[in-house]
Amino acid sequence: MLVALLCLIPTLAGLVAFWLPPGPGVRRLLPAVAAVHLLLSALAWSEPPGGGWLGLDSLGRLFLVITSVVFLAASVYAVSYLREEPAGLQPDMGGEDPFSNAKESVFVGCLLLFLASMTLVCASRHLTLLWVAIEATTLASAPLIYFHRHRRSLEATWKYLLVCSVGIGLALLGNFLLVLAAAGGTSGGAEVLWLDRLAQGPELDPHWLRLAFILLVVGYGTKMGLVPLHTWLPDTHSEAPSVVSALLSGALLNCAFLGILRGLQICAGAGQAPFAQQVMTDFGLVSMAVAALFLLSARDTKRMLAWSSVEHMGILALGIGLGGGGVFFALFHALNHSLCKAAMFLVAGTFLATFRTRLVARLGGAIHTLPVAGTLWVAGFVALSGTPPFAVFLSELGVLRAGLEVHPWLAAAYLVCLATAFVGMARVVLTVALGPPVLAPPVRESWGKSLPPLALLLLALLLGLWVPAWLLEGLRQAAALVGVL
Amino acid sequence: MSMLLGLFLAPLLAGLIHRVKAFFAGRQGRPLLQLYWDLARLVRKHMVLSRTTTPVFLLGPALSLVSLLACLTLIPLGGPALLRFPGDILLFLGLLALVRFATVLAAMDTGSSFEGMGASREVAIGALAEPGIFLSLAVLVVQTRALSLSGIWARSGPELWSRAGLVMVLVGIAMFLLLLAENSRIPVDDPNTHLELTMIHEVMVLDHSGPALAVIEYASALKLWIGSLLLSSLVFPLHSGSAWLDLLGGVGVVFLVALAVGLVESTSARLSMLRVPQFVGLSSALSLLALFLVIR
Amino acid sequence: MTGTIDFLLVSMILANLWVLGSSRLPSCIRAVAFQGVALGLLPFALYPGHITWDLVMLALVSITLKAVVFPHLLKRALLEARVDPQVEPFVGHGISVVVGVASLALSVALFRRHPLPIVPPSDLLMPVAVSTLLVGLFMLIARRKALTQALGYLVFENGIQAFGLGVLQHAPLMVELGILLDIFFAVFVMGITLFHIRRAFATLDTLEMAELRG
Repeated sequence: MLVALLCLIPTLAGLVAFWLPPGPGVRRLLPAVAAVHLLLSALAWSEPPGGGWLGLDSLGRLFLVITSVVFLAASVYAVSYLREEPAGLQPDMGGEDPFSNAKESVFVGCLLLFLASMTLVCASRHLTLLWVAIEATTLASAPLIYFHRHRRSLEATWKYLLVCSVGIGLALLGNFLLVLAAAGGTSGGAEVLWLDRLAQGPELDPHWLRLAFILLVVGYGTKMGLVPLHTWLPDTHSEAPSVVSALLSGALLNCAFLGILRGLQICAGAGQAPFAQQVMTDFGLVSMAVAALFLLSARDTKRMLAWSSVEHMGILALGIGLGGGGVFFALFHALNHSLCKAAMFLVAGTFLATFRTRLVARLGGAIHTLPVAGTLWVAGFVALSGTPPFAVFLSELGVLRAGLEVHPWLAAAYLVCLATAFVGMARVVLTVALGPPVLAPPVRESWGKSLPPLALLLLALLLGLWVPAWLLEGLRQAAALVGVL
Repeated sequence: MSMLLGLFLAPLLAGLIHRVKAFFAGRQGRPLLQLYWDLARLVRKHMVLSRTTTPVFLLGPALSLVSLLACLTLIPLGGPALLRFPGDILLFLGLLALVRFATVLAAMDTGSSFEGMGASREVAIGALAEPGIFLSLAVLVVQTRALSLSGIWARSGPELWSRAGLVMVLVGIAMFLLLLAENSRIPVDDPNTHLELTMIHEVMVLDHSGPALAVIEYASALKLWIGSLLLSSLVFPLHSGSAWLDLLGGVGVVFLVALAVGLVESTSARLSMLRVPQFVGLSSALSLLALFLVIR
Repeated sequence: MTGTIDFLLVSMILANLWVLGSSRLPSCIRAVAFQGVALGLLPFALYPGHITWDLVMLALVSITLKAVVFPHLLKRALLEARVDPQVEPFVGHGISVVVGVASLALSVALFRRHPLPIVPPSDLLMPVAVSTLLVGLFMLIARRKALTQALGYLVFENGIQAFGLGVLQHAPLMVELGILLDIFFAVFVMGITLFHIRRAFATLDTLEMAELRG
């Protein structure tokens, strides 16, 4: 009941928003719905999953709460963001090609539908419904990316639509192959798609199961941004309005990760966990390495953050692949990464609105021009790069320990990637924050834009110092549910 | 008997196609027997031979006529063919290739650049059509488990159609497309064109005259007959029990095929040279598809 | 019933070859619509014993979408954006057709080597599904125009749905409708995006969209 409400409220609100006139009314709808959503998600934390199409198990719950928190922060930010966006034509980053924005109501409506589809991803108890929901997230977010109507965002939208749709199509094929793999067993084929039936230990043909899992990883991995399927990610995350980038990185990538985890659950149930873990480890390491190299040559603030997302998705995949404590810490890391990355994207949005450029070469002295945002920017970087006492430190350390248990070389490679990424990001972040100022201070900063990233970073700090018992228990249950040893 | 019929009726097909086209163009059209008169006239004329030619120039038409006559002995019509043995399909295909070889060689012998161009196009199209012919015959071979044309004829028929109708439709279409391509009919080549640059078959015989041209014209009529006969005997054979009725039906189908060629010629435009490979490739694709259906 | 199944499957293959060989966009759109109809009718031929109202309704929705709505949407995008209706392939039409046939051969060989754990209603179904899927993927990479990429996506989805037909006799109605709805909105959003692309770039050539890199 609660779960159905969780999906329905944003859907209805989104549909209503399409018909509302643009203005403060439709803007305020965002945080209102987000707050209700977070409240309901919190209430649903202890509700056991039912037997139907919808329900929240411990994994779904965890990802739902992450989504909800990030969305609340983004929606508060969005109110100020939309208020300050100029109406009519505005100059482009480079100064040429002025562009206008899409309709505000459509933007808000799509944001709410995006939230609804992500909720559905977390709450799906049937793998094909999960597929439908993940594809729906693509479709709901595509118009969001094209909010600023210029050529670059259009190119990014087209890439995003096509690459993700095709990738996710492969995941549907993976679902069908799962049915094939189960066809020889006693319970019959299509039953395997119900997550409830997992506990019975399905009999699956390993040959087809492996193929199915690979297709699921390729399919959802496209959406999650695992290298080499990440091609759309830096473009899309950098061209989208920063509110949307924060949601894409902080919430959507996790949803795709959940899709892969569901596949992993089935593999583990059928005794194929080692194979699945090997696949995840490979994807994880490659993603981390490639992203770290690209971070070294980053020239653009938001592209840098996007590449960093690829890197962190690699950490998640690696953590799951390593097994043991890695699973727990990978899930914890999903939470921490979402908080920090969403905060960084929101700050990057503030920079973009003030300096009207994302190019590092034309930025500098942000900490003087925008004292609050600049400080948050550096703090976000410190948090994201795994410096104590922020929570990312704990989760990255946990993954490292899991790596050491498996193979020291693995841990070494992991550390090298982290260090490279740190160097690459540090160069950009510090140039932007401390370099020679390009704009005279002081620029007035609105609380609506500073508060959300501040809150997110404080949360990340808090989790680094003290993890509440209920969250610890939830994470433990979720890690146990994945079923990987 | 059936062979003689072919020898006599072949030029009639060309006349029939012309009449169909004329009908669609709203013209009266030339008489049905025009090609017979043309041939008779050409035979009476004498030849002009270019100084640059060698005996190959005359040998070409003769060789192609002889090969086509040999082909005719292999094709069943209303009854098994004159000559039949397992594997005669390969001989048949070889003879068809020989026809092309002879025509091309005679064309190249003149040393004219136009004819060289026509020859190269003819060879290109022939090479593209070859897999289609092989594949469609292979489908029929697999389908009927017979290795000779007469064997296929004997086992093909309504029963096969009811068993594997789809395959037969595909093969039929493929063979019809090949017939158009092989005989230089409209979507591929235009037998009536007067612009050397666009011709394929016609440009190759520009320098031939008199009896040699008569032989060539007759040979191409014969080739059309053979092509239509292949469709009629292998894909739509009649087995009514009476040999005469079968013969009559077979010839009837041949004329129906000619009618269809006329229809296609009057309703479609010629393809550009670049699109021809696609058109010919389509027949290979169709027959390959049929082969999949048969051997899956 | 085998005859009907074969007929529909061969129609799907022919649509593949058609869309690969055709050099005009409207003709490609028609080919994909034709394939959609064949695919929509396929369940009736495959499972004649299971015809229910749900199934009929689903097939109607599917055929209406694929044969009427999508072609209409894409044609409108084509007309309103005044796109040059030439296909502009990276890989020539002739070779594309060969690739189409080769994909079928590959799929047949694949299912020979790895027999399925279930017996699909027709032994041609799975190869055709995989071949259609491959043709869709091939179109995505071998054609320049954004519109042909959208068509490639549709062909790809057709292949996956055909595959699903062989695996799941009857997927729950809700799921089927969800998938259809997703594809519908995908094409809808793609259509709108195409229109904008044409306006912003004055072309649908994807090579022109190369600003984002690094």
